[in-house]
Amino acid sequence: MMGSENNQGFEEAHLYASKEEMESLVLGDPSKSYSNSDYRSAMSNSLSSSSSHHPLSPPLLPTPPPPPADSDPLLAPPPPYPRNPSSHDHSSYIEPPSYADVIFSPFDGDTSSDINGLDCPSPTSDSPISFSRSSSSNAEYIKITVSNPQKEQEVSNSIVPGGNTYVTYLVTTRTNIPEFGAPEFGVRRRFRDVVTLSDRLAESYRGFFIPPRPDKSVVESQVMQKQEFVEQRRVALEKYLRRLAAHPIIKKSDELRVFLQVQGKLPLPTSTDVASRMLDGAVKLPKQLLSESVVAPHEVVQPAKGGRDLLRLFKELKQSVANDWGGSRPPVVEEDKEFLEKKERMHDMEQQLSNASQQAESLVKAQQDMGETMGELGLAFIKLTKFENEEAVYNSQRSRAADMKNLATAAVKASRFYRELNLHTVKHLDTLHEYLGLMLAVHGAFTDRSSALLTVQTLLSELSSFKSRAEKLEAASSKIFGGDKSRIRKIEELRETIRVTEDAKNVAIREYERIKENNRTELERLDKERHADFLNMLKGFVVNQVGYAEKIANVWGKVAEETSTYARESS
Amino acid sequence: MWMEQQRSPSGSSQSPRSPSAQPYLSVSVTDPVKLGNGVQAYISYRVIAKTNLQEYLCPEKIVIRRYSDFIWLHDRLFENYKGIFIPPLPEKSAVEKFRFSAEFIEMRRQALDIFVNRIASHHELRHSEDLRTFLQVDEEVMERLRSYETGIFKKPADLMQIFKDVQSKVSDVVLGKEKPVEESHPEYEKMKHYIFELENHLAEAQKQAYRLVKRHRELGKSLSDFGKAVKLLGASEENAIGKAFSELGAKSELVSVKLQNESHELLMHFEEPLKDYVRAVQSIKATIADRATAFRQQCELAETIKLKEINLDKLMLTRSDKVREAEIEYRELKAENEEAMRRFETIVRRMNEEMVRFQEQKTTDMGVAFHEFAKGQARLANGIADAWRSLLPKLEACSV
Repeated sequence: MMGSENNQGFEEAHLYASKEEMESLVLGDPSKSYSNSDYRSAMSNSLSSSSSHHPLSPPLLPTPPPPPADSDPLLAPPPPYPRNPSSHDHSSYIEPPSYADVIFSPFDGDTSSDINGLDCPSPTSDSPISFSRSSSSNAEYIKITVSNPQKEQEVSNSIVPGGNTYVTYLVTTRTNIPEFGAPEFGVRRRFRDVVTLSDRLAESYRGFFIPPRPDKSVVESQVMQKQEFVEQRRVALEKYLRRLAAHPIIKKSDELRVFLQVQGKLPLPTSTDVASRMLDGAVKLPKQLLSESVVAPHEVVQPAKGGRDLLRLFKELKQSVANDWGGSRPPVVEEDKEFLEKKERMHDMEQQLSNASQQAESLVKAQQDMGETMGELGLAFIKLTKFENEEAVYNSQRSRAADMKNLATAAVKASRFYRELNLHTVKHLDTLHEYLGLMLAVHGAFTDRSSALLTVQTLLSELSSFKSRAEKLEAASSKIFGGDKSRIRKIEELRETIRVTEDAKNVAIREYERIKENNRTELERLDKERHADFLNMLKGFVVNQVGYAEKIANVWGKVAEETSTYARESS
Repeated sequence: MWMEQQRSPSGSSQSPRSPSAQPYLSVSVTDPVKLGNGVQAYISYRVIAKTNLQEYLCPEKIVIRRYSDFIWLHDRLFENYKGIFIPPLPEKSAVEKFRFSAEFIEMRRQALDIFVNRIASHHELRHSEDLRTFLQVDEEVMERLRSYETGIFKKPADLMQIFKDVQSKVSDVVLGKEKPVEESHPEYEKMKHYIFELENHLAEAQKQAYRLVKRHRELGKSLSDFGKAVKLLGASEENAIGKAFSELGAKSELVSVKLQNESHELLMHFEEPLKDYVRAVQSIKATIADRATAFRQQCELAETIKLKEINLDKLMLTRSDKVREAEIEYRELKAENEEAMRRFETIVRRMNEEMVRFQEQKTTDMGVAFHEFAKGQARLANGIADAWRSLLPKLEACSV
């Protein structure tokens, strides 16, 4: 079908040129070339903070907007973008009534002041979650930005020159929370510091839904370019820190504050790597075995960690096995039916969320494809128009070329609308992905609870076994007249052990109750916030669908009118 | 219907409302029925012809025809009306399992209907005997004719022509002529170039149109799946938000249906006309090839005649007794040459007329197709907007 006799090589090469030509051909815009707009780039572009100009945004925008392009919801709404005088196409947009104007605010009606209908949502990287809630809460806010990745050298005393390089990021915070003592500050942190922060938070805030930190993701970094990887990581870090700052309890934590504010080395105890922890534990084990190892009360508030508490780990493992397989019920049992129901519901919701999240991704891809193909169709007709005009011998050809041009222009416009719609859709449906990610935090909190419970159960078992041993010893020793010096000493030691263990048990129970309470309040908070966020998501999604459908209908309605001479009586 | 023009009873594109005294020929291809079994299975169509032309035996005739009968008609017309752009047929082969799908059958029926109607409204073609045969003879006769033409049984004249073509090609090579002789008419060159490039452009447009059909289907499907997933999510939530989710899910499925429908419309009323356009251009290419052949034949004959003239003169000078023979040969050749010239000139004349007709017809066809496309897209978008819009008050009501 494509065969032709003449030598068409050269001509065909620029018959199907890039979309840049399409832009400049039709609308005379100072065009930006459309990036290779596959789904992934749509996702990552929407996620990236907009300090770089968004390649997929409509060419109506002038050159890169100034840095505070992400609209901080609580600052004054961003000034309308200056109109680019050479984009005359703007005036040809008919502003239909109703939703076509409102659509451009992807979030709450707060930003409805953006009525110039122009403003494109240069995609802010505020997670929709933080916005929708902070708008209703008190006036305190905290805004974190991660930027400026730089390579640095590990200062090493080793013989090997050069040493390790790693990347640091600039973490800037703007806030009016008094505890910080300053309105704006910045520090340099590396990924390892983030891991430390995350681990310390996990220890201090057991039972809370702590947002999961970004993966170490070593594998991916081998597949993509270093630059891409660094950028992806920067985005992920920013998202993570912002989520932390959105959590009502954690935003006030010392750990976070220290991370954000203290210059130089991060003054939080680091998590040592697994190997050295195991080693550590191996060293301690003999001591634990030889002495009547008890868990000190203060240690009880932490879960057993491999390495340090090998023996404790073994004991708790034994206990959990006894719980599962033993005939008798453990002394304290998860009785809270309400909790168990909620847990079941969370599990179910996680599955549905995962499914919905997947379908959302497919939907976004399908919308993307639609926009792309519509654009390509428009481009093909533009070429045809040009061709017919150049080669026209008959008037019928010129007439046809004019018809084609109308169709092509409309197709290109519609294509752009689809892509814009998709940007919004991605942002809205991202809420699904966010909450799916949050399920991990929920798991963590529930795990905190069960491990705390396990600790209590273990201690209770120990306590009961110590007590029964004490009873036996006493029984035995009372049979000996005058007492048994060594036995008596043993009994006293045992009594001491029992006392310590009692204390530990009490602490453990208190800790368990505390975690239970944390679980409960967090679940309440999650439910409330989730409802609000999902509702916003739905509203935003629907409003955008309506708005863009109206715009697209308008575009095609015009073409239908322009070609109405061809309409016959029937059909 | 984007070919309504051809279906008007007057048969001519100029007079839609003619009194019954005007000559007319109206045809319709309907009622596809699957016949036969397994590999032999095929589709048959009812072809209904209504006419008041004298050449036809009855004012109304219904016959049963299958796809290969249409091919027969097309090939006959192509042979006998060189220079005319014979209306193109829909493609022959299709992926096996698709061949009997409802959509494909309908598309083919539509295309065949248009095909016959174009012939019936063409000022020269409508008078062809082959058309009358096609519209009137019964199935057995048709089958015989068909196998005679398209099977191994080629007419002796055809075989002769094939030999001659091969012969001339061989002699060309022997004589060191690499390229066959071609016209060097600047306007014609331009036209040829236009046609060949047009095909490329159109093929691209058609490709994108087909992709767009697919995209509609895909978007419809993903909206449907999304709707289902959202409904399930709603079931695991409680109170207001659960309801909101299930409403959204339901709407999603509704919008999905609209998209699927539009996908079908696009296929029938936008992509198919574009495909038809491509086929028409290919038909023109075939005519171009015919013209080239006719031109070559004429040139060769002219050459041969010159040689014969020289030979004849020689013979006459030598008063050979072969003169008579040679004279007869010469006269025959001259007649042949005139015939070839006439054939060639007919082709040229016809092509010029056809080009005008083609351009006008295509402007109309495309205009209709674009109109339907725009109407469909507007209808779809409005439907989608309405559907989603109706959801908004319900979502508002859900806010705590």
